[in-house]
Amino acid sequence: MTQGFQSHQGTALPLDQANVDTDQIIPKQFLTAVTRSGYGKHLFHDWRYLDLHEQEPNPDFVLNKPQYQSATVLLARENFGCGSSREHAPWSLADYGFDVIIAPSFADIFYDNCLNNQLLPVQLTPTQMNFLFDRVVSEPDTVIHIDLANQKVLCGTDEFKFDIDAQNKENMMKGLDAIGQTLELDSTINHFEGSIPPWRN
Amino acid sequence: MASTLFDKIWQAHCVAQTGDETLIYIDRHLIHEVTSPQAFAGLNDKGRKVRRPDKTFATMDHSISTRSLALDACGPTNQLQLKTLAENCKAHDIELFPVGHQKQGIVHVIGPELGLILPGMTVVCGDSHTATHGAFGALAFGIGTSQVEHVFATQTLKQHKAKSMKVQVNGELGTGVTAKDIILAIIGEIGHAGATGYVIEYCGTAIEALSMEERMTICNMSIEAGAKAGLIAPDKTTIKYLMGREYAPQNKDWDAAITYWQSLTSDHDAIFDAVVTLDAKDIYPQVTWGTNPGQVIDINTPIPNPGDMDDPIEKISAEKALKYMDIKAGQKLSDLAITHVFIGSCTNSRIEDLRAAANVAKRGKVAKEVTAIVVPGSVSVKQQAEREGLNKIFIDAGFDWRLPGCSMCLGMNDDILQSGDRCASTSNRNFEGRQGRGSQTHLVSPEMAAAAAIHGHFVDVRQYVKEV
Repeated sequence: MTQGFQSHQGTALPLDQANVDTDQIIPKQFLTAVTRSGYGKHLFHDWRYLDLHEQEPNPDFVLNKPQYQSATVLLARENFGCGSSREHAPWSLADYGFDVIIAPSFADIFYDNCLNNQLLPVQLTPTQMNFLFDRVVSEPDTVIHIDLANQKVLCGTDEFKFDIDAQNKENMMKGLDAIGQTLELDSTINHFEGSIPPWRN
Repeated sequence: MASTLFDKIWQAHCVAQTGDETLIYIDRHLIHEVTSPQAFAGLNDKGRKVRRPDKTFATMDHSISTRSLALDACGPTNQLQLKTLAENCKAHDIELFPVGHQKQGIVHVIGPELGLILPGMTVVCGDSHTATHGAFGALAFGIGTSQVEHVFATQTLKQHKAKSMKVQVNGELGTGVTAKDIILAIIGEIGHAGATGYVIEYCGTAIEALSMEERMTICNMSIEAGAKAGLIAPDKTTIKYLMGREYAPQNKDWDAAITYWQSLTSDHDAIFDAVVTLDAKDIYPQVTWGTNPGQVIDINTPIPNPGDMDDPIEKISAEKALKYMDIKAGQKLSDLAITHVFIGSCTNSRIEDLRAAANVAKRGKVAKEVTAIVVPGSVSVKQQAEREGLNKIFIDAGFDWRLPGCSMCLGMNDDILQSGDRCASTSNRNFEGRQGRGSQTHLVSPEMAAAAAIHGHFVDVRQYVKEV
């Protein structure tokens, strides 16, 4: 991870459904790959395609609607990313072209997985989400601006503050290599290991 | 200050603190073929090593066949993933239990049975059902692949401490009501996301009375309520289970461990961020009707009507679930014809689960419209079941008796359902398409699954158990 995330501007895709689980985001048959890339074409496979071979797009699914083809912000509902810990879920969302997901709540493991892939999860209130959904449904060209430094989502003249942990924010903005950072604490970890009782070692 | 069990384990593993972020030490890292290859690749790209291969254990479980020991039995991509795990483990000196190995099995079944998981440990795995190991009073949770790589390189993880929730189940369970019914009832009570951001500690007399395997079933499904982890304080049952296990401490270390484990309880005046209380006598055999584990009712309750739901999100989810599941509000569960039964998964594939299912299976034959499979959780469970003749009971009743693995819980092999198939499953997720695109999953206990196999539809197993 080298590039930091400062802000993002783009149009949004409204996925109006609660409890979207990671099995829906990327089904199991695509988890047998051993790479991190190439999952975007399978994103939301079961809802997105009418056939198993991904030849027939489902015209009713929002991802296939012509007005949302250039969206880079995903609007979602409660408990987005629940279920399996598969990091293939954020890999597929990022590979498809999303940079930000805005939802009223996220599942814990999914939230961390997004941060580890520079895919920004933004949490707004259900009322604020309703506003954004209404806006994007009625005016699909609406540009949403996500300003991480100031922790704001801007939509036209409206703006919404959002919370993010200070450390998570810094890591996102600097694009820090989390492992590299921890490796600098090698002597602290060594010291800790020296204190572990034999039965737990 | 009074501490919870979670606080105590957390404190004992804190390596460093930056703001609200804690660097915690990881005692056990369990890995499998699906979520590790990209982590190994990341290490290799940067020329990093696995810091503590001696604290890392690998098994093959998700992508393997339950009909054949051949790694290519489920095609070349599955084979490549399995071979990649074997090569990575060899290169990094990690102990691997491959297909065909005496210690192979589902990662959350073999960890405990080998004695790898001990009270007071931190345990992680690239798998959301890692919460299973909380049954031992270990802080155990699922992580993503980037975090797997972080643990490989540093044996630590950066974490924000979750809130604490006490789930107390008082009283005694009725006959035919199981640990699976307790956890489904809890999820039904608090909701599919009811414990998001929390670590749950399960307690109360109904929990204390459970065996270790039953406690694993409870903790296993903590994630289905959104919880980071589930914990049960270690007690005599825990110690008795661990004594003599292959990787458990011995002699002086064992004595020291027991002394410490006895301190691993929440202080009586510890304060939890949330408390939920259930009475065991109010819990009946549970069946999920919808497409998340929180959409659950007891066997004698009609399918709910979304029109009766106040919460608009719950209502919309219910309407969508009824449509996907091809069922109607007011319908009885006993009127739903099933096509498949799956007994297995990290939730319910241990020897006690198989004994319980066999005890029902021996009373009849699998209905002719039903395909039923039993997939033991590990080689060890399979062999024990065969010593007890359980395999014969299942086979005589018309069940398929398979090799150990994750199997139809998620269908990464060829144990997949077709669109419109309706399955009584002892697994943990009833998500849309989980067991195969368009398939309909109902989560139940092993006893309920076996009874459904015989009748071709759901029945109240309590009637059954009384007859036995």
